[in-house]
Amino acid sequence: MGKTVSEKMLSTASGEDAYAGDFVEAEVDWAMVHEGLGMGVADAYEEIRPDQPPVIKDKIVSVLDHWAPPPNENAAEIHEDVKRFVDKYDIPNFYDIRGGICHQVLLEHHVRPGEIVVGTDSHTTTVGSLGAFGTGFGNTDMAAVFARGKSWFKVPETIRWDLTGELDDWVYGKDVILKIMNELSADGATYKAVEYRGDGIHAMSMDSRATLANMTVDMGGKAGLVEVDDRTMDYLDSRGRDAKEIVHPDEDADYLERHELDVSDLEPQVAEPPSPDTGVPVSDHEGRPVTQCFIGSCTNARKEDLLAVKEIVQGSQVPDDVRLIVVPSSVELWKWASHEGIWDAVMDAGGTVGNSTCGPCIAASLGVLGPNDVCLSSANRNYQGRMGSKEAEIYLANPAVVAASAVTGEITDPRNLEGSDDLVGRVGTTGRAVA
Amino acid sequence: MSGDDVIEGRAWTLGHDIDTDLIIAGSYLTIRDIDEQAKHTLEVPLPDFAEEVEPGDVIVAGRNFGAGSSREQAPRLIKHLGVGAVVAAGFARIYFRNSVNLGLPALESREAFEEVEQGDEIRIELEEGLIHDETQGTTYQAAAYPDFLMGIIKAGGAIPYYKERVGTEG
Repeated sequence: MGKTVSEKMLSTASGEDAYAGDFVEAEVDWAMVHEGLGMGVADAYEEIRPDQPPVIKDKIVSVLDHWAPPPNENAAEIHEDVKRFVDKYDIPNFYDIRGGICHQVLLEHHVRPGEIVVGTDSHTTTVGSLGAFGTGFGNTDMAAVFARGKSWFKVPETIRWDLTGELDDWVYGKDVILKIMNELSADGATYKAVEYRGDGIHAMSMDSRATLANMTVDMGGKAGLVEVDDRTMDYLDSRGRDAKEIVHPDEDADYLERHELDVSDLEPQVAEPPSPDTGVPVSDHEGRPVTQCFIGSCTNARKEDLLAVKEIVQGSQVPDDVRLIVVPSSVELWKWASHEGIWDAVMDAGGTVGNSTCGPCIAASLGVLGPNDVCLSSANRNYQGRMGSKEAEIYLANPAVVAASAVTGEITDPRNLEGSDDLVGRVGTTGRAVA
Repeated sequence: MSGDDVIEGRAWTLGHDIDTDLIIAGSYLTIRDIDEQAKHTLEVPLPDFAEEVEPGDVIVAGRNFGAGSSREQAPRLIKHLGVGAVVAAGFARIYFRNSVNLGLPALESREAFEEVEQGDEIRIELEEGLIHDETQGTTYQAAAYPDFLMGIIKAGGAIPYYKERVGTEG
């Protein structure tokens, strides 16, 4: 019988002829840890296998991103504990606070198609945009991986989405995943891998693919596997990397479910609190006042996202009672955005720029919400209390919607900005900057 | 707790989609004193839980328990407060793994979620996966674990389980 991408990858990594439902022991190619290393992984590891270097120390990617730089003393102590472990065993791939958000660091510097990646963060699925099987682990599971170089996995069943068409202006991978999540629901993909394939993927930027893979976990998914194509290989080429293996599913692979979606007619989506699976067309929420507009996180703060922010906010003024906060997905992206004039545009508009860190997404820093805040966020979660006060409301959208809403002070469809009295016609019919 | 086959206590009932931000919010994650951190466990849906929960009590929840972040603090704090087991109509994947790894039984039973009421006296026979609601006189069969996962729970969690095996494995 034919195999899905996950069945093939876990078969290869375990040396077994594995199918969905089987339990295998698979070798991992990358083990990513963030502050989790100092919040449990190191302690658990020293209990399992004291005073010996992790068997996969060269495959460990250690990033400080959630509370980076430390916004409080406890976080500073956690960072010290991380560095103690890194120094003790001479872990080579240690980024400290100089890489940015862990998943973007993995995309920029390490992961290749065909690899098995585990990380102490649920959004490790993000590496699926490069055709890698990436999944989140807790601290103790990661300690066992440090000690053994492998882990048990239940081979997941797969839900496959075949996408056709081309995204409209101001519509991105974020809108595709919000739409898919509304259809499958918050636990619709629990324990399952999701494959995203087809012409709709071929037409999609790597940044939009990253968002798809990223939020797969937010419908319960174990891995979000995006088809590897020429665009993937061009991106890897630009980073000086090749593929470990390009894995395509067999024609006769057995899928749990198959769905199709033509992305051409997709509108920008907005998800309402308290769950990310409530995505509806932005028009359903237009006019809702907002107090904080946040573009950041591992979900949506890459080149495509930051360019959209610049195009929309430049020349405008954010209203006095709105905070516009922009935080890029990595340090490299921070520097790139600076050269592109994106920070000038944001600051001139009255916004704020932060260093690359998770920050507001987890109520760590750079824009924690108060009880009366209504936040429109380009991140991935809007659970009650997620970004601060349990009385605050969080809506999720793509960065263009967030930027447009920052300019007007209310949830706004960026396609409706053209010719608006508040702007000087800088957004033309193509949705691209005219000047 | 580890090795005990019987868990006895009162039921604390919750609805669907209890995500890990509800179990322990992001702003509390950097608290290093576990007793201090544990005070905030489930404070939004169950404001009195941390103060009133007693050893052996059982959480009974709906679908998608533990959705969201991989934070291991979620099952760790629940266990630290003395909860003997979590019964749910369904578990999110990472939460389930974390719970097993910490030796906190996570038992799947939709029927138990639908019928058990707040405060019911619960007795669980872990090896058999039987959940008895002594107050209502009902019994539910939890979905079975593969043997090695049961082995991790009975060892008290992944640390003791792997500690025994590392060095002797291939």
